[in-house]
Amino acid sequence: MGAYILKRLVSAIPVLFGITVIVFLIMALIPGDPATAILGAYATPENVERLNRHLGLDRPLWQQYFVWVGNLVQGDFGRSFALNRPVLDEILDRFSATLVLAGTAFVLCALLGIVAGVVSAARQYGLADKAITAAVILGISVPSFFLGMMMILLFAVHLRWLPVSGMYSMFGGGDLPDLIRHLAMPAIALSLVATGVVARLTRANMLEVLRQDFIRTARAKGVHERRVIWGHALRAAMVSVIPILGLQAGFVLSGAVYIEIVFQWPGIGRMLVDAILKRDILLVQGGVVFVAACYVGFNILVDVAQAWLDPRIKT
Amino acid sequence: MRLFLRLLFRNRLAGFGAVVLSVIVVLALVTPLLPLHPPNATDTANRFLRPLSEGHLLGTDHLGRDLLSRLLWGTRLSLAVGFAAAMIAAVIGATIGIVAGYAGGRTDNVTMRGVDMLMAFPYILLALAIVAALGPGLMNALIAVAVVNIPFFARNIRGVTVGLAHREFVDAARLSGMGHTRILLTEVLPNVVPVIVIAMSTTVGWMILETAGLSFLGLGSQPPQADLGSMLGEARGALITAPHTSIVPGVMILLIVMSINLLGDGVRDALDPRLRSGALARPMAATLVDRREPPPATPDDKSLLRIDGLRTEFRMGRRTAVAVGGVDLALAPGECVGLIGESGCGKSVAALSVMGLVASPPGVIAGGAVRLDGEDLVGAPYRRLRALRGNRVAYIFQDPLSTLHPLYTVGDQLAEAIRVHHPVSRGEAHARAVKLLEDVRIPNPASRAGAFPHELSGGMRQRVGIAMALANDPDIIIADEPTTALDVTVQAQVLKLLADLGRSRGLAILFITHDFGVVAQLCDRVAVMYAGRIVEEGPTAAVLTAPAHPYTARLIACVPELGGGRRRLEAIPGLPPAADDLPDGCAFAPRCAKVRPDCREGDVALEGTARKVRCLYPEPAERAAE
Repeated sequence: MGAYILKRLVSAIPVLFGITVIVFLIMALIPGDPATAILGAYATPENVERLNRHLGLDRPLWQQYFVWVGNLVQGDFGRSFALNRPVLDEILDRFSATLVLAGTAFVLCALLGIVAGVVSAARQYGLADKAITAAVILGISVPSFFLGMMMILLFAVHLRWLPVSGMYSMFGGGDLPDLIRHLAMPAIALSLVATGVVARLTRANMLEVLRQDFIRTARAKGVHERRVIWGHALRAAMVSVIPILGLQAGFVLSGAVYIEIVFQWPGIGRMLVDAILKRDILLVQGGVVFVAACYVGFNILVDVAQAWLDPRIKT
Repeated sequence: MRLFLRLLFRNRLAGFGAVVLSVIVVLALVTPLLPLHPPNATDTANRFLRPLSEGHLLGTDHLGRDLLSRLLWGTRLSLAVGFAAAMIAAVIGATIGIVAGYAGGRTDNVTMRGVDMLMAFPYILLALAIVAALGPGLMNALIAVAVVNIPFFARNIRGVTVGLAHREFVDAARLSGMGHTRILLTEVLPNVVPVIVIAMSTTVGWMILETAGLSFLGLGSQPPQADLGSMLGEARGALITAPHTSIVPGVMILLIVMSINLLGDGVRDALDPRLRSGALARPMAATLVDRREPPPATPDDKSLLRIDGLRTEFRMGRRTAVAVGGVDLALAPGECVGLIGESGCGKSVAALSVMGLVASPPGVIAGGAVRLDGEDLVGAPYRRLRALRGNRVAYIFQDPLSTLHPLYTVGDQLAEAIRVHHPVSRGEAHARAVKLLEDVRIPNPASRAGAFPHELSGGMRQRVGIAMALANDPDIIIADEPTTALDVTVQAQVLKLLADLGRSRGLAILFITHDFGVVAQLCDRVAVMYAGRIVEEGPTAAVLTAPAHPYTARLIACVPELGGGRRRLEAIPGLPPAADDLPDGCAFAPRCAKVRPDCREGDVALEGTARKVRCLYPEPAERAAE
C-alpha cells in the first residue's frame, strides 16, 4: 500500500507541473501589459517600464515562467495589488472558508447520494425509486445559484428559520452552532446537483452488481437481504462509485463559486471572481493553481481509497 | 430510425422533455416576430411591476423593462450560446480525439496527456482563468465554456476511434492507397458521428447551465444585453423585494436544462439494447410465486426433499417462457441424484427454484410444490427461506470466480456463512472457517483464509465453494455444474472430494450436470431432463446401460469413449425447442428418429415406478443395451 501511495504521489508531479504551464499560458494571453492595468490609463511610459522591469515582465516568457514557478515552490505566490497583501495569505484565509462549505457539501452529496441510489436500486420501479428518480432529475437540472436564491426566499425571508447570508453573525456569533446555521442552506444548495449525479450512478452500478453471481451466492448462504444490499452489493458497487465521487469533488468545488456569491460566503470562489473583475492577475493565478493542486491531491486520496477497497487494483 | 423514435416516445418523460424543449425553441426562434416591448426599453416609472400587470404579462424589472420580452430574447441568446459552445467543443474535441485515436503511438500519448492535464482542473477554474485572460463578455464566456468541454469530447471520441482504427474496412481503405485525410473523412468520421451526437445531447444542457453561470457571475453577457444568467444575476439585488424578477429567468433555465436532460436520457436509453430487453431488472431476494392452482397434495413418503409438478416461468412483457414445465423429483437422505440435460433444458432453473433463487423478475414459480420434510417451500415467507438457505439446503455453483465475492477474503466469506445461522463470535467463526478449508483439503488453510478469490486457482476456488456449502452441516447440497468450469484433472479431484464428503457426512446431493461420466461416477440415481421436463429417471447403472427414452439413448451416444472409435459418435439433429414455443405432445418429437403421428398429440405422461420414462414407444431394453 505504501508503495502504491508513493507511486501516485510521484505521478502527480508532472500533472502539477502541467497545471502551472496551462495557467501561465492562459494568463500570458492577456492583451496589454499588467503594469498598465495596475497603474491605470494615465501612467507615464517611464513608470510603466519601471514597473515592468520590477515585475520581471521585460524578460522572455519562459524565464518569467520559471521565476514564477520557482517562487511558487518556495511558497511565494506574489502580492495582490488590489488587496495589498501576500496572495498566499489571502488564499489560505479564503480557502479555509471554502473548505468548510465544499467539504460539508461533499460529505452530504456522498452520503445522501449513495443512500438514495442504493434505496432506489433495491426498490427498482417501486414508489421510493420513482420518487428518488424524479428528485434526481429535478436536482441535476436546477442551477445551484437559482436554487440558493429560492432557498433564501423561502427559509430566510418567509420562514425566518435561517440567516440570509454570511458565514458568521455580525454580532454575538462565531461559535459552532452559529456556523452550522449559516452553513445549512449553502451546503445543501451546493450538494444538490452532485447528490443527484451520485444517486443516479450509484443506482445504475447497484443494478449492475445485483445481477452478479456472487449476490446469488450470498443469498444462497442465507445472508439477510439487508446485508446483501448494503454489504455485498454496495461494497462491489463502491468500486465504480468512488471514482465518481472524485469527479463530483470537482463539481462541488466549481459550484462553490456560485454559492459563495449567492450566500456572501467569504470563500475562494468569490475571491477569484472579484479578482477577475479587478484584473488582479497574481491573485487569480495563485488561486487557480492552489485550488487545482488541492483537487489533484484529493484525487490521489480517492485513488488510494479505491485501491484499499479493491485488492485487485494493487501494484 | 423509426424504431428509435417510437422507443423514445414510449418513454413518457423523454416525450415530455421533447415537447417542452420544442416549445421553448420555437418561441425563441419566432421572438423577433412577436409583438413584444423592446427588451431594452427602460421605463423607470413602472419598475418592478408584478406579473399580469397591464401591458406586461410577466411584469417589469428594476429598470421597468418588460420581463416577458427580456425573457424570450434572453432565452434566444442562452440557447444560441449554449448550442454554439456545444458545437465548438464537439468539433474541436472530436477532431483531437479522431486524430489522436487514428494516429496512435506518440501523437496519441502526448495529446491525451494534455487532455488529462486539462481534466485535472475543476471545470470552473479553467473557465474563470480563460475569462480572466480574455476579459468578461459573452463571446469570451462562450469560448471558455467550449474549451472546458473539449477534453470530454476528445476523450470519448478517441476511445471510439481507437476501436475503429484497426477494423477491416479501415485496413482495406489503407491498402487501397487512400490518404490518411480521406480515410478519416470517409471511413472513420461517419462511424463516429452518432457518438458525437449522443455526447452533445448529454452535455448541451450543462453548457447552457455553465454559460448562464458565468453570466450570472457578471463575467458573461454585459448590460444592456442579457441572457438568462445575467437576468438572474441582475435580479439578485431585488430578490427579497421583487422575487418574480429572479423566478422568471430561473424557472426558464430549469425548464430548458431539465427538458434537455430528459430528452438526452431518453435518447441514451432508446439506444441501449439492454434496457429494451429488460435485462437491467434487479433480481429480488426470493423468486416470485404465482401459483394458479393449489399445490398438489402431500404424498405420504419419507423423502427428504420432494419436488412435485414444479413449474417455473420467465415472464418478459407479453412473452412467457416455460423453463421448467412440471418437474417431479425426490431425494432421500444420503442419496445422490444426478439431474442431467443439455444447456437450456431447465435443470439449473429447477435446482434454483428449490430455495427461491431464480432471478425474479423475470422468473416466476407458477406451480407445484417443493417439500423439505413435508414442508412446502414454494410461497414460504422470505424469513423461512432465508433460515433454510445455506443451513439445511446449501448450493455449490458453477464458476467459482464469479460466484465468490471478489472483495472479501475467502475466510471472511466462510465465516459469514457460519455466522448467518449460528450466533458465534468472530474469532470462533474464523477458526471454523479455517477448519472447513482444511476439510476440503486446501493446504495452509490458515494463511489461505486471508486470500482473495482472485489469488486462488480455479480448483482451490471451487474447494472454497464446497467448504462454504458445508459450513452449516446441511442435509442437502445442490451442486449446479460445480466442475464444468474446471479442467479435467482438477475436475476429478473435486468430484472425489464431493463423493467422499457426501458419504462421510451422509449428505443428500442433487448433482446438476450435462456430463454422463460425472453421473456414472457419483450418482445413485439419475433423472434426464429435456425442454423443462424429466423424460427418464432410474438407477444410474440401469439408465446408462439401457436408456429407455430415445433422447437419453441419443444423448449417451454423443459421449465420446476413451480409446474408442468402436462406436459411432452421433450428434442429435436439430435444436431443443425454444422455451417460449414448446410443441404439443412430446417435446422431443421434432428431433426423434422414431417419431410417430400420435407422439405429437396430447401430453405424454412420465410412467413407471423405479424406472420412469416419458415416451409412448420406449426403447426395448435389449436393443438399447448394445
